[in-house]
Amino acid sequence: MSSQQYIMHGGVHVAGHKALSTDKAMSTLALPERLMIPTRQHRGIGGKLLVAEGDYVYKGQPLTEQRATGSYLVHASTSGTIEKVGRFLVPHRSGYSCIGVSIKVDGKEDWGNYRLAPMKDFVTIDNALLLDRINDAGVVGLGGAVFPTAVKIGSGAKQGALKTLIINAAECEPYITCDDVLMRTEADQIVTGIQVMLKMLSPEQCLIGIEDNKPEAIAALKEAVAKLDHRTIKVIVIPTIYPSGDAKQLTKILTGVEIAKGKRSYELGILCHNVATAHSLYKAVVLGEPLLSRLVTVTGAGVKEPQNFDVLLGTPFTHLVQAAGGYTNKAERLLMGGLMMGYPMHTDEIPVVKATNCVLVLPESDLAYSSDMAMPCTRCGKCVEVCPPKLLPQQLYWHSRANDLERVQKHNLADCIECGCCSYVCPSNIDLVSYFTHAKGALREERQKQEKIDQARERFEFRDFRIQRDKEERDAKRAEHKAALQKKKAAMAAKKAQEGENSVSATDSKQDAIKAALARVQAKKKAQQEQTSDSSKTESKQD
Amino acid sequence: MIVAILTLLGLALFFGLLLGYAAIHFKVKGNPIVDKLDAALPQTQCGQCTFPGCRPYAEAIERGEAEINQCPPGGETTIQELADIMGVETIPLNDDHGEHSDTPEVAVIIEDQCIGCTLCIQACPVDAIMGAAKQMHTVIADECTGCELCLPPCPVDCIVMLPIKQNIERWNNPLPLALENIPVVVETAPKVVQGE
Ligand code: SF4
Ligand code: SF4
Ligand code: SF4
Repeated sequence: MSSQQYIMHGGVHVAGHKALSTDKAMSTLALPERLMIPTRQHRGIGGKLLVAEGDYVYKGQPLTEQRATGSYLVHASTSGTIEKVGRFLVPHRSGYSCIGVSIKVDGKEDWGNYRLAPMKDFVTIDNALLLDRINDAGVVGLGGAVFPTAVKIGSGAKQGALKTLIINAAECEPYITCDDVLMRTEADQIVTGIQVMLKMLSPEQCLIGIEDNKPEAIAALKEAVAKLDHRTIKVIVIPTIYPSGDAKQLTKILTGVEIAKGKRSYELGILCHNVATAHSLYKAVVLGEPLLSRLVTVTGAGVKEPQNFDVLLGTPFTHLVQAAGGYTNKAERLLMGGLMMGYPMHTDEIPVVKATNCVLVLPESDLAYSSDMAMPCTRCGKCVEVCPPKLLPQQLYWHSRANDLERVQKHNLADCIECGCCSYVCPSNIDLVSYFTHAKGALREERQKQEKIDQARERFEFRDFRIQRDKEERDAKRAEHKAALQKKKAAMAAKKAQEGENSVSATDSKQDAIKAALARVQAKKKAQQEQTSDSSKTESKQD
Repeated sequence: MIVAILTLLGLALFFGLLLGYAAIHFKVKGNPIVDKLDAALPQTQCGQCTFPGCRPYAEAIERGEAEINQCPPGGETTIQELADIMGVETIPLNDDHGEHSDTPEVAVIIEDQCIGCTLCIQACPVDAIMGAAKQMHTVIADECTGCELCLPPCPVDCIVMLPIKQNIERWNNPLPLALENIPVVVETAPKVVQGE
């Protein structure tokens, strides 16, 4: 297979600020006093809670149970006592709370018997079992989308004949270095995780895409791959440009394939997973450890000692910031995620969740988008030049502003990857991407509203039908009842009649005689009548 | 045992057939204009338009027996759509029927006051209330249309209308603050009256 590279459209060069956090080795964090674990840390709905206040939980013990599809497991990241079951603030732009539990950490890190059975020889294990394992371990995509990995691999495997497995090691977001550090320290484990994917998906080739600003990680990965002598895995170094790490853009760069509107990449024989996800697959399958921790970059001019930590899920941001030496006097903004796609957080009293790759603390002046008042659009066209999916951000902006949901759809809003390149380059300081996330949300609201309307119509019609049906059933029953009654009556009558007949037969002749007599009398009467009427007729004629 | 299974199977078959038959037999005869009008109505099924539901109102409009401005839950947008379909001018909402409100609400039963009388269940036009006689009742919030029809029959007044709660799933990213979406209030200073 050639390792030819293609060029992605647009994109921007942003100062990386990666050295801030990469020059320190990865540190493991001291156990915090308590963890806050929300039940929903993935796409879909939260699972059903299995624990109550006061319960003792072991490390790795599932805290939730899967409801139907769409809910996935979360586990206790360490041992301790459940202190509270209720609502907690979570890292979400809205600032709303979410159901979860807090665990008072006992410091024993006691697994009880919750460690899953290690599957060292995964090559010989059935795919279905592996898929169950990945599901039970609560593994989700750690690149940011937190899509359940078991579902993704499952749908890829179902499609059959996968051409390319892409491992996303680009890490194009400024400031974030957690994948870089992971690759430098755990390259072998990552490659083992990739082998699990290869076993399950058997693609023709596996391409690891990595930006050229991470020489040490590239060397480490190449070495680990060389050890395997696995010809299907290739490390491909790509130029540094934001957002090469977006799954669709990386696919374009590595394979030249553009994923058409409304298509899923696996339908084109391509599946893309993050390096950190590969690492957690290694832990889940080979070590039997559920997803309990992840690497988090704590960085920015707002913290004293920027670095990467291996963090237990549920650890409060405050604990992380403290471990990084605390805030500096430049700490003005707190973001979860990188400079370009990170979300502003309302408070630091929130836990690290599966989606937390970076805690970024910045002065106002370091933000990617100026918070100065936006000026009118001059139609300079810069946003169009940088938009990777080749949209027309300027048009989208007008229509989003006018809340014209039909037009934004026509301009392919759904294809916007929310990379923020347009906002970054706009000389008029227009925060374009925020208009687009808002419009996407408005479209979703509209869809949900329509669904509810359709559902109400259906239920109303069904109720009508139900009432009609009940009435008809009642009527039918009544009719049946009536018929039965009549039948009974008829039967009784028949019986009576028969009884009568029996008694009658003895006196048959007598009866006949009477009948004959009656007939005679009647005939006589009739004859008389006729006579009189005839005479009256003649009389009247005579008159 | 086998008799029981057979009976149940027989029953299932019977009701299945009945349902299938009814679905065809009672299907509201398709009328494209009524369908269109019905699609434009909010399906709250509240009866404020004086018809027993949205579809009956749509049928009445089509027959020319009702004005297009009788649906308060739909408000101006619905009137506009109805006018487009009927090819008539829009008219303002007739407030004899009620007022339009933009905050969607759902009915909530104060559960410890509910006496389990089932009256609300019978009133709900979309079967969104669950419960049995003498058991506490609950409104399925996702299915409640906010029509308020269950309020009057409740003998203990234990049903209240509450605005739908905002939460993480429903929340939408706000528009960025920019000149055009900061509400502007122009206040004119009172005229300075010149002294005599
Ligand atoms: S970059 Fe800004 S000013 Fe230029 S066309 Fe786009 S939105 Fe308008
Ligand atoms: S329109 Fe969307 S995809 Fe295009 S540059 Fe802006 S944020 Fe990125
Ligand atoms: S007033 Fe109520 S019942 Fe009538 S059309 Fe509007 S929502 Fe439907």
